[in-house]
Amino acid sequence: MEDKVAQARQFIEAIPHSKALGMQLREIGEGRAVIVMPYDKKLIGDPETGVIHGGAVSALMDTCCGAAVMCHPSLPNSTATIDLRIEYMRGATPGHAITTTATCHHMARNVAFVRAVAMDEASETPVATASGAFTVERAE
Amino acid sequence: MKRRPPEPVQVVKQRRDAALSALVQSVPYIGFLGITFERRGDELTSTLHYHDALIGNPTLPAIHGGATAAFLEVTAVITLQWFHLWPQFESGELELEGLSAGQMPRLPKTIDFTVDYLRSGLPRDAYARATVNRSGRRYASVHVAGWQDHKDKLFAQATGHFLMPQALVTER
Repeated sequence: MEDKVAQARQFIEAIPHSKALGMQLREIGEGRAVIVMPYDKKLIGDPETGVIHGGAVSALMDTCCGAAVMCHPSLPNSTATIDLRIEYMRGATPGHAITTTATCHHMARNVAFVRAVAMDEASETPVATASGAFTVERAE
Repeated sequence: MKRRPPEPVQVVKQRRDAALSALVQSVPYIGFLGITFERRGDELTSTLHYHDALIGNPTLPAIHGGATAAFLEVTAVITLQWFHLWPQFESGELELEGLSAGQMPRLPKTIDFTVDYLRSGLPRDAYARATVNRSGRRYASVHVAGWQDHKDKLFAQATGHFLMPQALVTER
């Protein structure tokens, strides 16, 4: 069990695209993951305000949701996104890191259901929320 | 009454290509992901040029679902803005070329975006086209289709809703 979570942590930390976006895994376990993405100018989507592109927030949400599935107590071998919906409440505050928390709130045999919320330190209002369905690959 | 002669082809192409390239180059994240746009008339096709930093699952390997989502969202926003601004740069009212980042017209804001992952993204280039299904004064609904080897076998599709920039709306 501990080993599997450690493996999941290693897997998440080794994802090339997540590394390219500067993501840092803060917490993982019990179907819950927390990932931080520091502010970076290369991720800007709105040149006038310096707000991070929604796509970068999507990548953060997707990674965090996948991590939540991987560390669910039933410990799947692998997972992939089936569907992910993201709602953007406001632009992320320029200069601030974005912290995403994802929870796998239901695990079926073949499908995992996940919710996530992205926050920054500038406000109590989330930057974005997400909900998604993920595949669950199990060891035979 | 004498009809005006059509504009020389080079003039038309230069204006449209310059507008598109100014629009695309104003967004740093588009360059970071490695996305380019091709134009035929007003039709746009985007390409996500493969590089190793796009990988999400190194064992398969497969493109990161987040990179796919971002690619489709970039395609949706740029295509929406392209159609939104088209009448203005065609009439000469707006010249995007030479505008610095701060002077560009505001981009539509994503309200929500839903990605449907149909097959895993292979480690090679991906293409996408967006269809603006509704474009109102305030809200727009856009569908995006993404493919790799076969145009008819999409690897991902998405639908998103967008808030149009309000500077151009004069009345409430």
